[in-house]
Amino acid sequence: MPRDPMIKKVMVIGSGPIIIGQAAEFDYAGSQACRALKEESVEVVLVNSNPATIMTDTNMADRVYLEPLTADFVTRILERERPDGLLPTLGGQVGLNTAKEIAYQGVLDRLGVRLLGTPLETIEKAEDREKFKQMLQDIGEPVPPSGIVSTIEDTLKLAEEIGYPVIVRPAYTLGGTGGGIAKDADELQEIARRGLKYSLIHQLLIEKSVTGWKEIEFEVMRDSADSCITICSMENIDPMGIHTGDSIVVAPALTLTDREYQMLRSASLKIIRALGIEGGCNIQFALDVSSFNYYVIEVNPRVSRSSALASKATGYPISKVASKIAIGLRLDEIKNAVTGKTWASFEPSIDYCVVKFPRWPFDKFATADRRLGTQMKATGEVMALGRSLQESLLKAVRSLEIGIFHLELPELKQVSLDALRTELSSPTDRRLFAVAEAMRRGLSITEINYLSEIDLFFLHKIEQIIQLEEELKAQGKEGLGKELLSSAKYYGFCDYTIGQLTGTGEEEIRSLRQEYGIQPVYKMVDTCAAEFDAETPYYYSTYDQENEVRPSSNKKIVVLGSGPIRIGQGIEFDYCSVHASWALKEEGVESIIINNNPETVSTDFDTSDRLYFEPLIQEDVLNVIEMERPLGAVVQFGGQTAINLAEPLARAGINIIGTRVEDIDAAEDRHRFDDLLEELNIPRPPGGTAVTVEQAEKIAERIGYPVLIRPSYVLGGRAMEIVYDNKDLREYMATAVKVSPNHPVLVDKYLKGVELEADAIADGRECLIPGIMEHIEKAGVHSGDSIAVYPPVNVSPDLQEKLIAYTSELSRALNIKGSINIQYVYHENILYVLEVNPRSSRTVPFLSKVTGIPMINLATKIALGKTLQDLGCRGGLIDPPPFVSIKAPVFSFSKLYQLETSLGPEMKSTGEVMGINRYLPRALYKALAASGFNLPPHGNVLVTIADKDKKEALPLMETLFKMGFKIHATMGTALFLEEAGLKVERINKIREGSPHVVDLIHSGTVDLVINTLTKGKMPKTDGFRIRRAAVEHNIPCFTSLDTALAAGEILEELRMGEDPGVFSLQEYLASGGSYSWKMSS
Amino acid sequence: MEARLVLEDGSLFKGSSRGARGEAWGEVVFNTSMTGYQEILTDPSYCGHILTMTFPLIGNYGINREDFESRRPFLRGFIAREFCQAPNNWRSVMTVEEYLKENNIIAMDDIDTRAITRRLREKGSMRGVITTEDTPFEMLLEKVRNIPGISEMDFIPEVTAPEMYTWENDGPQIVIMDLGLKLSIGRSLHNTGCRVTVVPASFTARDIMELKPAGVVLSNGPGDPQMAKGAIKAVQELAGQVPLLGICLGHQIIALALGGKTYKLKFGHRGANHPVKDLFRDKVYITSQNHGFTVDDDSLPKGLHVAQRNLNDGTVEGLQEEKLKIVSVQYHPEAFPGPMDSHYLFDLFLEYMKVS
Repeated sequence: MPRDPMIKKVMVIGSGPIIIGQAAEFDYAGSQACRALKEESVEVVLVNSNPATIMTDTNMADRVYLEPLTADFVTRILERERPDGLLPTLGGQVGLNTAKEIAYQGVLDRLGVRLLGTPLETIEKAEDREKFKQMLQDIGEPVPPSGIVSTIEDTLKLAEEIGYPVIVRPAYTLGGTGGGIAKDADELQEIARRGLKYSLIHQLLIEKSVTGWKEIEFEVMRDSADSCITICSMENIDPMGIHTGDSIVVAPALTLTDREYQMLRSASLKIIRALGIEGGCNIQFALDVSSFNYYVIEVNPRVSRSSALASKATGYPISKVASKIAIGLRLDEIKNAVTGKTWASFEPSIDYCVVKFPRWPFDKFATADRRLGTQMKATGEVMALGRSLQESLLKAVRSLEIGIFHLELPELKQVSLDALRTELSSPTDRRLFAVAEAMRRGLSITEINYLSEIDLFFLHKIEQIIQLEEELKAQGKEGLGKELLSSAKYYGFCDYTIGQLTGTGEEEIRSLRQEYGIQPVYKMVDTCAAEFDAETPYYYSTYDQENEVRPSSNKKIVVLGSGPIRIGQGIEFDYCSVHASWALKEEGVESIIINNNPETVSTDFDTSDRLYFEPLIQEDVLNVIEMERPLGAVVQFGGQTAINLAEPLARAGINIIGTRVEDIDAAEDRHRFDDLLEELNIPRPPGGTAVTVEQAEKIAERIGYPVLIRPSYVLGGRAMEIVYDNKDLREYMATAVKVSPNHPVLVDKYLKGVELEADAIADGRECLIPGIMEHIEKAGVHSGDSIAVYPPVNVSPDLQEKLIAYTSELSRALNIKGSINIQYVYHENILYVLEVNPRSSRTVPFLSKVTGIPMINLATKIALGKTLQDLGCRGGLIDPPPFVSIKAPVFSFSKLYQLETSLGPEMKSTGEVMGINRYLPRALYKALAASGFNLPPHGNVLVTIADKDKKEALPLMETLFKMGFKIHATMGTALFLEEAGLKVERINKIREGSPHVVDLIHSGTVDLVINTLTKGKMPKTDGFRIRRAAVEHNIPCFTSLDTALAAGEILEELRMGEDPGVFSLQEYLASGGSYSWKMSS
Repeated sequence: MEARLVLEDGSLFKGSSRGARGEAWGEVVFNTSMTGYQEILTDPSYCGHILTMTFPLIGNYGINREDFESRRPFLRGFIAREFCQAPNNWRSVMTVEEYLKENNIIAMDDIDTRAITRRLREKGSMRGVITTEDTPFEMLLEKVRNIPGISEMDFIPEVTAPEMYTWENDGPQIVIMDLGLKLSIGRSLHNTGCRVTVVPASFTARDIMELKPAGVVLSNGPGDPQMAKGAIKAVQELAGQVPLLGICLGHQIIALALGGKTYKLKFGHRGANHPVKDLFRDKVYITSQNHGFTVDDDSLPKGLHVAQRNLNDGTVEGLQEEKLKIVSVQYHPEAFPGPMDSHYLFDLFLEYMKVS
């Protein structure tokens, strides 16, 4: 059946901000969906609050709503747009939940909107534990037996029925504490007793433990004719027990016999049929390692992180096909875009091995609990392809950008063997490295298997890596013959590692390879294992005999991507890479993207002319460039990852397109940059570089406290900090850094002023400034964690002139050809430059969207040699449109136990949202609503304010008091507020005994917390515990007074019943009318 | 030890020997299944072939005692990118390499199997020789160019059961003519409650009818169906007397017996991911396939309907003749290896048996 003619207009729900567990994969899925629907001439309406995405560009949907993903806002958009169908399965859990909520409220029925793809009952069946169990039992598919108990006696009885080992999960605990696995009745008694104590409702979920079983996933698709296919199987190297998002995963499944594979495949088909899904779904199984027993663990009735991975792993565009199925097309009516010859109704066969490796944030969050379990903690992931498992694994490791190039972590070298054993049995992010380290120290495979339960198949593969290391060490540089070097390359060793092991350098190994003729070849990802001649330009490197790539003779340029999503380098940079690729195409230049992040749009096979899925390190990038011989590489769009490659690439003779390497260096090298500022007579906060504690103290005394202090060389998680006195400084120097001549420390005057940020495009002479943003939080909070307002509200005409002048002068002086980002602080009537980034910044997608200026497009064309004038653009600051746009950060604190949540100079947010309106408070309200802050109109507010902030906080407290909030405060704050005439409920500090502040939060009566940071980030302080408790109870908590003040304004506005309204981005931009960034002709 | 593969177009591939020593020749083909190498190795339809697996990692779960599809491997050579030296599975009893050596099959790895596949895709299945000897390349090439083509050989005597045997059961009796039977076909029918008797390919129609079968199955098997003269004749006589089911080679033989034609595909269908549309059910099934020949669409006599088609290339995948109660499929509904989605084909045949 061709597509349903009744469906003319469809609304797609996106997934909102990037948080742990819900990342860039939904931008990829959503963008593909929008394009697929447009291909079928369907009018597309999109709602998503995340400005950093490609899917929210105005060319992706007919109308794009950057509005909060709440039932209320989505309903209003539906009322306005009246689409024929709603597609809820592409926006992750957020999309699904929102759709469910509005369906329950009867909105869809009322408006006559059809839910496409997955019926409501199916969503319920997959989400509701009991219904899920019932459905599977009805079709004869096994689920782990389980039950809910509330006494020790019942627990023991149930466990007897289920059979040991059992998992004990206390219901409603904080921070996932109190559970465990019991192997017998004795252990169970102990764990159950503890669990019952921790459970706030005195209840335990007891479930048969399948820890250690194989964890297998299938991606399945079904159409309206009931044809079903599986796209890909995946196997977790980490067996059951670790969240699949935190597991190292291979595709296809590697250890299953055909009998086992087909058993699970058949079960998958049975389940998707029983659920009646029209589209895609992900099914997870636990499979016993020594029988055919298995359990169905989870079903996701939507596209997911795994389906994005499966799409990139096989080349099969799951989201695109799912979208077409949702509007009635059948699998045998949809072309396979990869081969261009076959249909979507076939199962991909792959002839390589895929490894996905998670990227965790513990390098930034040193104090967070690194143990892995059922709560996902990774922020992103990388994928690598190779012809041997080891090759894929090692390529994945060096794609992570955690400062290593091999399956070897230096920090584990110092760890005792017993500590290594613990790493194996209670896994953290370091486990696979611990496996390798244990092998190096001679621990037997049997023991490693016993401790880690990782399949012997995988352990033997890793053992081959270790054996090869030994062989290389033994042979040394003299004994490194052609055969051994070939073997090392086949198993994925990079030149750097081979150099280290044989006592020579990366360069020497590279030339030795060239001498021996050992070069990588490139093979195609074609969905069909070479059975058909495919058209996809999607390649990976390997060390084999035949190279399939025929470099074209056209003009072409390499665009370096930004690698895995991590704290500080998010999806924004993927957005930039994608636009750069598109701009090249417009200029008639072929684009070649190199990247390794399977979640993103940039690694979709039709984003560029050619895609190479490779680690972003010198060797792998150079290999591609040497074979392709492009005009050069652009490095300014792939975040710090790409910028860091500029220098080594230039050294290898590669032409860097756009801003020159020496100019990039002038912006990044502190001394050169200082000199430049002095020359231009642009102020920057006074400071200096210290190589001893005494020097640091001296600098601090000279410039005066408070100072911002940070190591010039950042070691895992050693952070920036603001210190207020000499004592703090000494403490920081003693604990946080190891200062030495090789590792100096930077000490800068901390200026608590208004932070401003400009993004600009320059051609070496002229400079176009699309906009200046003002941060709500004062300097001291990382710009990525600040709420940005565009256009700024506190910028006088004089200041604006200065901002324009400095930005233009710096762009000219640095000879910028393309993007530049400058951060300023305005303190006591002086404008200081804090930082210059000679590349596209995090705010570019946001600013491009709200100004309508295609910033990356222009920057790319300028990098190619055009001028602003050629592009019809004028220089200078562009007049702002008649509406206010807010970019607000989103955090994933609830997923990371033990993590300090207060904001400071180190970035902590994982994503961003935006709010847009004609009036600032309403735009801010939307942004906060979109970021998940449920601002209560009245209720109980708990206030603990540092002395330094008290005076500034008073007006806000008065406002809240007037609005009818009941204020709770500890002694110090209470006294201060009472003195000012406010009525306050006093509450104990923790050390004063229960009931204290944290008890108050646990009791559920607090609606809002305002807590400003005193000092010290130790987990034991009151402040830390208050903030964590607020996170775990999902109560809005402001740690910056600036944010709280802004929120106060919103609350007032809300009380007056102002309607924030919903409009599409297209409508907002059209309302701009007169303003223009183009030269008048 | 080095092993080499030479194709008739003059291509030479070098790798490492992983099986028996010696030299063997045959038609070189590729299979795109990612699992099921044990079943594939022992599928008698590979008799006369040198098989390349496109999936690079073969042997990961070893060889077990249960997943054999026949008494021994009949293929001439086996090639993969990398054979697993240390497999792991609860049923595994030996490595693939050990199994190949034990069964005197020449095998090689450390070779670019994707390059071989691409060559075969472009030029079609080719004759080839695989060797561990140090015969000069020119001599090998000479040899390859002189070996007989697949259509000039009859492999059925080599693979068929030497004697009749029976899987006892209470239900109606099905006779399978063993042209290179995959045991899973017998198992599938036996599981439906039927008594299954397997007879050698030399059995005539009369021999078969003497067993009073409720239905007769023409099994899969190797080579060009036109070489299976005995089976073709048997089908001509059996048609109309008893319901018939043909699978793979059996399907082609049925077409030939009823007056149709067959031809050789460029490089065949071998894998576990082939989409087949059942034209009556209007639904797509993913099937397991292993064939180099196919039934010519335009040659079909009246009454013999195309019931199923391959979605990749439109070739005939299933035939049905209502009056004569004949159903046949080009693919493998018995799976092993591959998807079990089309198992309903057996039920269709059982329906025919019931009403006759």
